[in-house]
Amino acid sequence: MTHERDPRPAEGAGRGPAPDPAPPPAPGAPTGPGPRAGSGTAGPSSGTASRTAGSAEGAVPPRAGEPLITAEGLVKHFPVLGGFPFRRQVGAVRAVDGVDLTVRAGETFGLVGESGCGKSTTGRLLARLLEPTAGRIRYRGRDITHASRKELTPVRPEIQMVFQDPYASLNPRQTVGTIVRSPLEVAGIEPPGGRERRVRELLETVGLNPEHYNRFPHEFSGGQRQRIGIARALALEPRLIVADEPVSALDVSIQAQVVNLLRRLQRDLGIAFLFIAHDLAVVRHVSQRVAVMYLGRIVEVGDRDSVYTGPRHPYTHALLSAVPEAATGVAAGREGPEGRPRKERIRLAGDVPSPVDPPSGCRFRTRCWKAREKCAAEVPPLVRAAGSREGHLTACHFPEEPSVTARAEDVVLDPALAAAEGSQDTAR
Amino acid sequence: MTIPTTPGREAAGPAPAAPGDGPFLSVTDLRVRFTTEDGPVRAVDGLSFTLERGRTLGIVGESGSGKSVTSLAILGLHDPRTTTVSGRIRLGGREVTGARERDLERLRGNTMSMIFQDPLTALSPYHTIGRQIAEPYRKHTGASKRAARERAVEMLAKVGIPRPRLRAGDYPHQFSGGMRQRAMIAMALVCDPGLLIADEPTTALDVTVQAQILDLLGELQQESGTAIVLITHDLGVVAGAADNILVMYAGRAVERGSAAEVLGAPRHPYTWGLLRSTPDLDSDPDEPLRPIPGTPPSLLAPPPGCPFHPRCAFPPRVAGGPGRCSAERPELPEGRGAACHLTADQQRAGWSAEAGRAGATGSASVPVPADGGADLLRKEGDR
Repeated sequence: MTHERDPRPAEGAGRGPAPDPAPPPAPGAPTGPGPRAGSGTAGPSSGTASRTAGSAEGAVPPRAGEPLITAEGLVKHFPVLGGFPFRRQVGAVRAVDGVDLTVRAGETFGLVGESGCGKSTTGRLLARLLEPTAGRIRYRGRDITHASRKELTPVRPEIQMVFQDPYASLNPRQTVGTIVRSPLEVAGIEPPGGRERRVRELLETVGLNPEHYNRFPHEFSGGQRQRIGIARALALEPRLIVADEPVSALDVSIQAQVVNLLRRLQRDLGIAFLFIAHDLAVVRHVSQRVAVMYLGRIVEVGDRDSVYTGPRHPYTHALLSAVPEAATGVAAGREGPEGRPRKERIRLAGDVPSPVDPPSGCRFRTRCWKAREKCAAEVPPLVRAAGSREGHLTACHFPEEPSVTARAEDVVLDPALAAAEGSQDTAR
Repeated sequence: MTIPTTPGREAAGPAPAAPGDGPFLSVTDLRVRFTTEDGPVRAVDGLSFTLERGRTLGIVGESGSGKSVTSLAILGLHDPRTTTVSGRIRLGGREVTGARERDLERLRGNTMSMIFQDPLTALSPYHTIGRQIAEPYRKHTGASKRAARERAVEMLAKVGIPRPRLRAGDYPHQFSGGMRQRAMIAMALVCDPGLLIADEPTTALDVTVQAQILDLLGELQQESGTAIVLITHDLGVVAGAADNILVMYAGRAVERGSAAEVLGAPRHPYTWGLLRSTPDLDSDPDEPLRPIPGTPPSLLAPPPGCPFHPRCAFPPRVAGGPGRCSAERPELPEGRGAACHLTADQQRAGWSAEAGRAGATGSASVPVPADGGADLLRKEGDR
């Protein structure tokens, strides 16, 4: 279905292929993006390595650091239907609207943003659970943007997902063994020693007792269920796991256990993670590189330390300043904790606008304290701002100073807060 | 029994404490027990605390620790057919436990009110926001419809809803998440309650909106002198918003103190564990988090003695041997303290050691398989 949209300026056009200074597709990877015919030549139960279908790139593991999956100008619009008597499309939720990103082999790429910013949709697009409206997705150099079910067969085992809600993502009528085994069955893999042995190994890998093979999900706590989901995702030895808010539903003490598990898997097994979460502190603890999303676009991307200690986009500043922290919160408002400078305080007004009718130009401008005319007229490209480190890209016409320490004056845009604080200041 | 003039009214304006009659809210030895098919669940087991006007008490705990059950008990919202509530709850000098439903109705929304986690389910979808805010005001003050509507508009303006007169005619689904929570705050504060219970008020909100709402609650409190019980699982939220903190575990309070004391120099091993396992923006991100091993106990069969002892690393250091932790229930002292058999000196030294360990291991150290994980190298070999 086509919808009349004015062609979006910038975003993905007239710039490099990816936001990152990524080298061209891997030397070992096939060059043509065309569909690979006859993926079944080697058969699913091929060989000793339990790597799935006999695709060429399957045999050559990607080297750490080479681009694994790349999105260019990725767009996903969900139709909004309305009208009477015939329901027609009256608009579109622009969930993802021009996203460029690259996840490299063996790294954890964090995707943060508030609800409705399109981070989960991006994850599902990359896992090809959704069909993109526009843009390109390349997995190890091969175009999978609109690949058919059959064409995706060799790719599916390499990209797996872990979902947020460990209560909803496991079938309550299946045993743990059946759940973790099912990817092996679907892919037709018979590992040496049998499937059951492999499943028991996987359970052990994620810190569960292999004896619990025949138990049902309701017999496990939330954290243990999330481990089951992770074991299932590991069953096919994927190269990329899209983890969509994998620890958000868990209590703090349990969350830390699962965070540590994911970190260990990433390091020891060399699996790349696309780690989607709204919790900035958690993302900081698992990711090597981080992208911040706002209303369907990436506003800032870079390595972890650049984004967290030297953010350039006003929205990233606002996000970081809003994170409540146990260690520093007590002292907030006066001095920082011993030895550390006080952090800046930014209070935005209102909520995120609707993605059905996003603001023109820079989407953050309606909540930004620096917005000028240019921000409404031009979409800011995602580029390296002057003074930013290599690979640190910001989509802002007027980037902020790369520091999170307190400013001379707090930025308080919320009218109620500003009024209350103003009246107190005058009272003093 | 008749309810005298509501203290909420008198408290309009910054009146920090009503002199003479002790704390505004006092809860003494509160026990809440549910009858279930599997047996009785002791959701809250001997909880005591006090709260002054104009102050905020943060109750922190993980799911199932009894924090929400406590708030429902204060409001008298438990179903007496399935729930046994014992102990004493006094609010503004009056007994809440054992009060008749009619008397409770006069307190709720007037002297004490509550903000819930999910404003979409807490608001009625069939009535306009303005009407829902005006309703408790009319009920408790007998104001006219017109006056109540004016009051609703005034409250909406106060909580920062733009164009309040227009938006008062909107339905909840027309509001965004943050605006709904603001509307609920307006509804809760419309009668100037003396006590506001906020149960996870920002958990469903985005982080930038959460910061707005928490700051707003603080500002409104300064203005009205309301006492706030802030219930949350997020240590960061209480750190910024609470004066005093009560840490709960398995239905019991395990530590109490000022926010600076509890977060800066925690005394209970459970609090240490919570703080250690919470990721923040300042610690070394390459250092693995140090979670609390195990899972919280079932309240159907809570462990004897200290409920935390199965997950605790310190029973061997307790005077009287590790058996003491599983046999004898430690009491939470009055004022600052922790319900733990470790001596006060051990408690102080314990956190210094924990904090020191976290600070010292900056470089790449051998990772501890803190989550009880298995041997991954073996799996590598399979490839």
